This record gives sequence, structure tokens and C-alpha cells, in this order.
Amino acid sequence: MKKFLLATAATALTAGAAMAASHGETVKLGVILGFTGPIESLTPAMADSAELAMKEINDAGGLLGKMIEPVRADSTCVDAAGATAAAERLITSDGVAAIFGADCSGVTGAILTNVAVPNGIVMVSPSATSPGLSTVEDNGLFFRTAPSDARQGEVLSNILTDKGIKEVAVTYTNNDYGKGLSDSFVAAYEAAGGKVTLNAPHEDGKADYSAEIAALAAAGGEVLAVLGYADQGGKGIIQASLDTGAFDTFMLGDGMYADALVADMGGDLEGSFGAVPWAEGEGTEAFAGIASAAGINPEGAYTGSSYDGAALIALAMAAGGEATSAAAAAKMLEIANAPGELIMPGQLGKALEILAAGGDIDYVGATNVELIGPGEAAGTYREYSFKDGAYVTDSIR
Amino acid sequence: MDILNALVTLANFVLVPALAYGSQLAIGALGVTLIYGILRFSNFAHGDTMAFGTMVTVLVTWGLQAAGVSLGPLPTALLAMPVGIAATALLVLGTDRIVYRFYREQKAKPVILVIVSMGVMFVMNGLVRFIIGPNDQNFTDGERFIISARDFKNMTGLEEGLAIKTSQGITVVTAIIVVALLFWFLNRTRTGKSMRAYSDNEDLALLSGINPERVVAVTWIIVAALATVAGVLYGIDKSFKPFTYFQLLLPIFAAAIVGGLGSPLGAIAGGFVIAFSEVTITYAWKKVAAYMLPESLAPDGLMQMLAVDYKFAVSFVILVIVLLFRPTGLFKGKSV
Repeated sequence: MKKFLLATAATALTAGAAMAASHGETVKLGVILGFTGPIESLTPAMADSAELAMKEINDAGGLLGKMIEPVRADSTCVDAAGATAAAERLITSDGVAAIFGADCSGVTGAILTNVAVPNGIVMVSPSATSPGLSTVEDNGLFFRTAPSDARQGEVLSNILTDKGIKEVAVTYTNNDYGKGLSDSFVAAYEAAGGKVTLNAPHEDGKADYSAEIAALAAAGGEVLAVLGYADQGGKGIIQASLDTGAFDTFMLGDGMYADALVADMGGDLEGSFGAVPWAEGEGTEAFAGIASAAGINPEGAYTGSSYDGAALIALAMAAGGEATSAAAAAKMLEIANAPGELIMPGQLGKALEILAAGGDIDYVGATNVELIGPGEAAGTYREYSFKDGAYVTDSIR
Repeated sequence: MDILNALVTLANFVLVPALAYGSQLAIGALGVTLIYGILRFSNFAHGDTMAFGTMVTVLVTWGLQAAGVSLGPLPTALLAMPVGIAATALLVLGTDRIVYRFYREQKAKPVILVIVSMGVMFVMNGLVRFIIGPNDQNFTDGERFIISARDFKNMTGLEEGLAIKTSQGITVVTAIIVVALLFWFLNRTRTGKSMRAYSDNEDLALLSGINPERVVAVTWIIVAALATVAGVLYGIDKSFKPFTYFQLLLPIFAAAIVGGLGSPLGAIAGGFVIAFSEVTITYAWKKVAAYMLPESLAPDGLMQMLAVDYKFAVSFVILVIVLLFRPTGLFKGKSV
């Protein structure tokens, strides 16, 4: 037994030494995204965008003289146990300094509470939008470059109020995203004096929505708010209500924004409207330039926020003067917000120089990053409507 | 006038959709019940057989559309359906030859065949996804509505609209034709009679010289036809997506069991019971009540018995009740 203990201690020591040695040359950053599972089609481009930012830092001489080395892991998007195990591995065996990810709200919360907070590791998610993550106990370690759906709920409510619509029926996709978004929307809308006649969930992947539509139609309302997915139940709901004449104007949440929807039923959606997270301006164009050059589609979902997430981790570490999560957490808000020199995608080298000289930066990035409250993007939304079977921008909120 | 409005609302949101959905379930349940009656096991691969048949039909439909062939106001898919049926018949006959026949010769217990059919289900599942992919496919064309809600309102001057989709009309008409053909076949033809004899008493049927392999083959061909028809009708009415077809298995089995496994008449009744209960129990009666009752009694609430989330619970509850009090189903099928 004594021998065994001794052996274990010796192994632990050598392992520790090995880790320290590897730390000398590189800084490892975990990239944990759902490479398998429901959003497996989006994640490769997101990971590439994040690694593009890391490569840019390396090309500019590295982070505090060390090269950044990304380590990928699979969050699965839906399996909390699998995601937790993958994150454990990143921290204990790979020894990452911070984690970029995760993607879906459910697994992000699981990794945060089970792994990141106990180990004091910073997490920056590019795409988790559940309002629940704003209030979670995170010891100041969790940030996101995607806006919370609480904000989207307010935006949707404002659109309705501006249009003078007083009564709506709401249907949402029955998962964390749909529930969170509908809760925040209903709260905001009722606070603004609107009336929600019925707030009913729908399941994805069904082909028959007549029962859902029957209930929603009986409840009535001027507009049907559809907070679902364009390629899932949301489309079925719209189709069924158009067929039965239950509703002919719809308000769509961000999950309903898809070119396929316009192609399939654009003409029938005349007069409907919605909101989607949007960024435009110099930073977005700069990102489009470098992403296209690297073979990444800059229009892809969450690619911009992925680049920003990875860049923020590295720059915050640079500002803190050491490649640790503690330094990153302390400086994150400082570098993301004003005052300071504006930093666009492709200018990460310049940002490093400013920070090394003791200056201050205001990271703009691909998505006009502005971190508010508990460290999440304020988010700008594009209010759009359908005209002649195409998306038309009404305003940016 | 108010009573008319109430009736039209009810027809638009309950009767018409439930009638179409019920017909689709009924044809699906007929296939399940035939397999159960003659081959004596619950065929879990039925949903994916439907998906396969529909997939072939979709592919042929695309071909026809590209070639400019159309049926005018009717969906082109109807023209492509025979090809789908033929392909599905070949598939299930092949499956029977490779898989089921082995277990039949072993005189395997029904429960083993059920597990085997699950294996077949996964293979077909993969096959369909491999060929056409897991996504939604759009293949309907032709006139969309027999009458749309707006036209109905203009025509009648009523406040409420009634929409009847072409696909719903086709579904009901096709269901009637298919059921009539099937019953004629089972009751009037020699092969049909031999199938019923085989189902009633296998040993006696064998003694009287009925060729079992022939009965089995004919059964599979009929099941392939039923599965393809049900799948295509469902696809035209809603949309084609392999995963939804896999999920359809549940209401279809519920329908077959409620009606009585092995009883064709029961399968049809079960299909409509499941469809109507799913829609009516979760329906919010507010609008109908508002039209029917005097203004002072008009309800404030939705008058909804169950929230729509419990839609699937409804079929399960019916299933449990039937199994508890009448294990053989409404129409005296075989006990499960």
C-alpha cells in the first residue's frame, strides 16, 4: 500500500512537471463545441473562426511570447454528462488556460457549474443565448459574445408596441431556448401593456400541428408569435395556420430566420415580421474579409461571435499580463468596452502592442462587442419584414 | 347564423384535419394489423417501410416534375405512387427472404420476431437517410386548396372560414378506395380467403393445402402497398421527413391496438378514435361556445380540457384504458 501511494505521488509529480514544462512554450485554449449532435453542421465553421483569431495572435508573435494552441473537444450540444466529461478532460489532462465554448445553452450551463467554476476556468460562449445563464452563479468566470434571449424578448415586445399590436398568441419550441425566449418575451410584452392570449409549446419534428393551431386560433390574437426553428416545428406551425386561415401575420424569433423559409413560403409571409441578432459596420466587413481569405463563410451562424470570443480570451490575458483564467476574467470587461483604441478583426497584433505598452483598447470585433451586466453581449437586432417574398430590413435595434 | 359560424369553426379546426389524419393513421394501422394477423408479430419496421415507399415516390415525382409530366390540379406524386409500391414490395419481400423466413422456419416466438423487426427498422432507417438524407423534402404540387378559408368567407358571407386542402380531399377519397379494395380482396377472392384461413388457424390452413409461403408473400405485397399509400398521403398532406415517419409508429400502433390487433375493421376505427381524440380533447372550445351561447354566458377562459402539450398523453391514456377493460380491442382482435 505504501509503495502504491509512493508510486502515485511520483506519477502525480512528474505529470505536474510535464504540465509546467508544456506551459513554458504554449498556452492551451479549449475549444468545446458540438462537433456531433443537432448543430454539427454549424460548429466546424465556428471552431475555424475561433482558431483563426488564435492564429492571428500567434502570427503577431504570440500571447505574451507564448504560442496559443487550440484543443478541440465535443460538447454534443445535448448530452450534459458527455460535455462535462469532455470539459474535465480539457482541464485535467490537457491543462487548458481557458475554455472557448460551449455552444448550446444546456451543456454550457452544465460545464460552467460542474467544471469551470470549481476549477476557476474562464468560459466564453459564442452562441448560448438562454436568459438563465445571466443569473447563474459563475464567480465572474462566464462571458458570452451572443446576446441573451432576455434582450431579444424585449426587442420583440418593442416591435409589437411600435406597431400598435395589443394582442398576440405565442407558440414556442419545447426546449431550453424556446421556453427561455417565450418567458422573456411574454414578461416584457405584458409589462408593456400587451395581452398574450395563449402561450403554448410545440414539439419539433412532428408533421401534424392541427391540434396546436386549433387551440391557438381559438385563443385568438392579431398576430401569432412563432419562437421556434425554421427547419423544424416553426415552419409546420406557420404552414398549418396559413392552411386553416387561423393567422396570416406572424412575428418570428431568431430561430426562424432562414433563407429556406423565404424560398418555401416567402409569398405567403407578406406583412409578417421578426428580429434576428445582427451586426453591421466596419468590424463586420473586416471580419468578412479575413474569414473569406481563410476559407470560412463569414455569413455562417455565430462565426463572427466565435472569432470575437477567442480574441477576447487572448486579449484579456494579454491585458492581465499572464496567461491564466484569473487574469482573463479580471480584464475581460475592460478590453471589450470603451474607453480605448477601437480594435477591428485583423488588428489583433496591433491590440497586443497597445496592451504591451500599457495602453487601453476597446475591442469591436466582428459583432460590435459590448459586454454588459454579467458579461454578455448587449446585442443589436435587425428588425425585418417580408416584402415581395424577400427579407427587408426595417430598422436596427 | 351563429350556429353556422360555430359549426364552420369546428369543421375547420377539428373535423377536417382529424378526418384526414385519421385516414392516414387508419391505412397505416391496417398494414400493422395485417402483419400481426397473418405473420403473428408486431412489425416495428412499419414506420420506416412507409418512409421508404414515400422516398421512392418522392424521387420518382421529382423525375416526373423535371420531365414536365403533371396531373394538373392533382399532385404528381399520385402518378409516381405505383413505382413506390413496387419498390417497397421488392424491399419487404427481400427482407422476408433474408431475415424473417429464417425465423419462421425456426418457429421463433413472436417476441423474437418483434426484436428482429426492430433490427430491420434500424437498417431501413439508415437506408432511407443514406439515399435521401434526414431533411424535410418538398414534393407536392398541383392545386393547394379545394376551397381556401378566404374564398369560403367571401362565398358564404360567414365570419369564419373553412379550408379544405386538396391533399385532405385526396386522402379521404384514397382511404375509402383502398379500404374498399382491401375488404373486397379479403372477403371475395380465393387468395384473400386463404389469407384469412391462415390467420384464423395456421395448422388447419396448412392441412387444407394452402401454400404458406404464397400467403406470406401476398401479405407482404399488400402491406407494402398500404404502407406506401399511407406514407405518400401523409407526405402530401404534411411533409416528408424520415424522422417523422419513425415517430408515426406510435399513433399507428395505438390505433391498431385500440381497434383490436388483427382486425382490419378495428384498425380503421382505431385510426379515427386516436386522431379525433388527439384533436378534440386538446381543442379550445372558446370560439365555438361564444357563437353557440347567449352573450351573457360567453366564456372568458379558453375552455380547453387539456393543454396541447398533452396531446400524446391522450392516445396513451386511451390505449391503457382499452387494454385494461378490453384487452382484445374494440373489435375483438387478438389479445396482446
